[in-house]
Amino acid sequence: MADPVLRIENLSKNFGGLRVTDEVTLDVMPGELHAVIGPNGAGKTTLINQVSGLLAPDAGRIAFAGEDITGLPVHTRAARGLARSFQITSILPRFSVLENVALAVQARHGSSFRFFGSAADEDELNSPALAALTQVGLADRADAAAADLSHGEKRALEIAIALAMEPKLLLLDEPMAGTGRDEADRLVAVLRSLKSRFPIMLVEHDMTAVFALADRISVMIYGRILTSGTPDEVRADPQVVAAYLGDEME
Amino acid sequence: MSTTLLIVQTLNGLQLGVLLFLIAAGLTLVFGVMDFINLAHGVQYMLGAYLAVMFYGLTGNFFFALILALGAALAFGLILEFAVFRHLYDRDHLDQVIATFGIIIFLNQGVKLLWGASPLSLPMPEIFSGSIVLMPGILYPVWRLVIIGSGLVVALILYLLVGHTRAGMLVRAGATNAPMVSALGVNIRRLFMIVFGFGTMLAGFAGIMIAPILSVEPGMGDTILILAFVVIVIGGIGSIRGAFLAALIIGLVDTLGRSFAVDILRLFMAPSPARTVGPAIASMLIYLLMAVVLYLRPAGLFPAKGRA
Amino acid sequence: MADVALSSSSAARRSLLAGNVLPILLFVAFALLPLFAAFSAEAYLLSLVTRVMIFAIAALSLDLLIGYGALISFGHAAFIGLGAYAVGILGAHEIHDALISLPAALAASALFAFATGIVCLRTKGVYFIMITLAFGQMVFFIATSLAPYGGDDGLTIRLRSTLAGFSVFASDRALYYVCFACLLGAYLLCRVLIASRFGRVYRGARENALRMGTIGFEVYRYQLIMYVIGGAIAGLAGFLLSNATDFVSPAYMAWQRSGDLLIMVILGGMGTLHGAIIGAAAFLLTEEWLSGLTEHWKVIFGPLLVLVAVFARGGLIGVGTRLRGMLRG
Repeated sequence: MADPVLRIENLSKNFGGLRVTDEVTLDVMPGELHAVIGPNGAGKTTLINQVSGLLAPDAGRIAFAGEDITGLPVHTRAARGLARSFQITSILPRFSVLENVALAVQARHGSSFRFFGSAADEDELNSPALAALTQVGLADRADAAAADLSHGEKRALEIAIALAMEPKLLLLDEPMAGTGRDEADRLVAVLRSLKSRFPIMLVEHDMTAVFALADRISVMIYGRILTSGTPDEVRADPQVVAAYLGDEME
Repeated sequence: MSTTLLIVQTLNGLQLGVLLFLIAAGLTLVFGVMDFINLAHGVQYMLGAYLAVMFYGLTGNFFFALILALGAALAFGLILEFAVFRHLYDRDHLDQVIATFGIIIFLNQGVKLLWGASPLSLPMPEIFSGSIVLMPGILYPVWRLVIIGSGLVVALILYLLVGHTRAGMLVRAGATNAPMVSALGVNIRRLFMIVFGFGTMLAGFAGIMIAPILSVEPGMGDTILILAFVVIVIGGIGSIRGAFLAALIIGLVDTLGRSFAVDILRLFMAPSPARTVGPAIASMLIYLLMAVVLYLRPAGLFPAKGRA
Repeated sequence: MADVALSSSSAARRSLLAGNVLPILLFVAFALLPLFAAFSAEAYLLSLVTRVMIFAIAALSLDLLIGYGALISFGHAAFIGLGAYAVGILGAHEIHDALISLPAALAASALFAFATGIVCLRTKGVYFIMITLAFGQMVFFIATSLAPYGGDDGLTIRLRSTLAGFSVFASDRALYYVCFACLLGAYLLCRVLIASRFGRVYRGARENALRMGTIGFEVYRYQLIMYVIGGAIAGLAGFLLSNATDFVSPAYMAWQRSGDLLIMVILGGMGTLHGAIIGAAAFLLTEEWLSGLTEHWKVIFGPLLVLVAVFARGGLIGVGTRLRGMLRG
């Protein structure tokens, strides 16, 4: 039994009187895509924020690649290979698409305390960036300003940035958010190609995508994990159907 | 270091603190509710003093002058709000800084044009012009006590208004989340005007009250403006309670620091270097205090928008 | 817009000359001025434009902070003052060699930038503006209380800086060219910094600091380093200023001077570097012209600034770009 890439143990967080994360225990194994689903307000984004370091939990611990990262700042976790995408697109709008990704490459390639030379011309950074863009199908948009991208293209850019970090784990927060069926299908294809290469924790609402991609699914309701299991198990679980899937399944 | 001096300087520190509070209260509310940096707040203070001098010249009575000056200061503030500030609420802070900086330059020169560059004075009301014996051997000017007293009364009124009235609740809500308050149907423009007008009057009131003690001259608002900024930054932007506490702390630290810095340093070093270094350190004190507070709490002691 | 141009490197190479017309013109104009001035009011013109160049250096360093980093420092004049006082204080102790006073000026401003930057950069937005203002005031008050060095009245500098014994700055012309060289050097340094790996992270932090953190960059460090560099460059301006005026006083670091610097950068056009130079020139030349018209010129200057803030987005460069666009049809 291999060690999990990510292990969340009894994570809890309160916002005032509201318990947004309630003793969450969950792990992501190497090579698996573990989807976390649940209704709006279940606390999924809050969970991702705690894993990536934007929010500090009140209790519990988070272990990444065998090491406790619970107290570490965001940038340290990222430097160790914890890559995330945002539910609400978070890119550098006035930079080009290529530079958005090249910066992620730069974070991993040598020192950024270089004060001379033109960063934009560095092939050492631009080639891996272009490769990441190719994987998500954005290579032809490399020179466009990131702000000029369509919504679906921006979601793909988010994934490209995460890829360029040479991640040990991908935390994807609703990558399909706001996309139409076509764009969503394209993103599903992208994610399927990534599946075997990186462990992924995927928070999503789009059930088509989830059941097409997930190896394991955890269902979150009111900050708690209701149940975990394979897609078939979860689909059949009466609790889940009653609480959540009943409305979602076509 | 005598007890008399200590007591007198403590009272002076309280007086400075109260004065700072009067100026800072309006500033922090305008900041908090409207997210508007108003560098011109200092000139409202100056204008209050000048208007009081002018009205005193016309009426010969301090209290008439006070009321007329307050009214005129309020009117002027509202005109400024209507003509200039209104256009800047949606702009970024840098533009607000530049614009209000321009207003300072304009008004500092303007009062020079109207009243000349030499300092003017405003006599204090007869009944308050003496000194009273607080304790054996301690004679303290009555007017300074009046300032302290009126400042505390204003603080109490503000506390009741902001904490216990519906309008005050809207102000507090606005300081926490203005767009939300607007979305809830409250006339945010009117709220802004009320908050702004109030702040203007408080600053003007401070200027009028201090005029009998200081000289009224162009640029008198500039230095105190920065002190007021230090107050609201330490207290937390948008918080009246924070402004009150911070103002008193700063008033005391600054006054006592300047009085006793040299003496305290003499405990550690020879008289001559103490006399050189002392004043320098005294002038640094409140900024060091601010640095320490902000290092530990980057959003001040009681930030209205929650812990940053 | 400058960001996208920088990133598309092949396009940038093609338009290298086109994109740099304005800076090139500026520097050619500065270089040729002394020749022109020889035919008219030489001393006056030289000293005026020397001042313009010195403040342009300071404005450049401020543009690094506000234009490329969104770090709105309202206390930048303090660094000019520290640089100037380094010269003044050493001069009062009969140390005039630039080999000592220049590093001292740079070190003083860099250290102050480091010490205050550590605190300031933990704050955001309005707090940052206020705390930089307050720290600037702090230095101002320290200077006024330095009785042995003139206090409020300031300190006359008997002898301009020498370079290893040679009176390099003695003549106004020589000083002019030194300032020109420093301006050119500072400008090129800033250009290089902005385009470097370091500069890109720093600029990225302005766009989206959160994103930069989640990519793996500790934004605070980059901002602190840039803040120190900006402070040091302004310290250089202070070194030059005290030599140019043979005088140093706390007035050099009054907060109104910090406000002037902000206006210079915005007036010219924030985030362009040469905009800071244009802004410094426009500000000082306007000030010079207006003050010749009337004693109460500030009554005009004040509203002018208000109008600039309210209407001139992108500063003079922005206006120029729009005009060009209109002329092209």
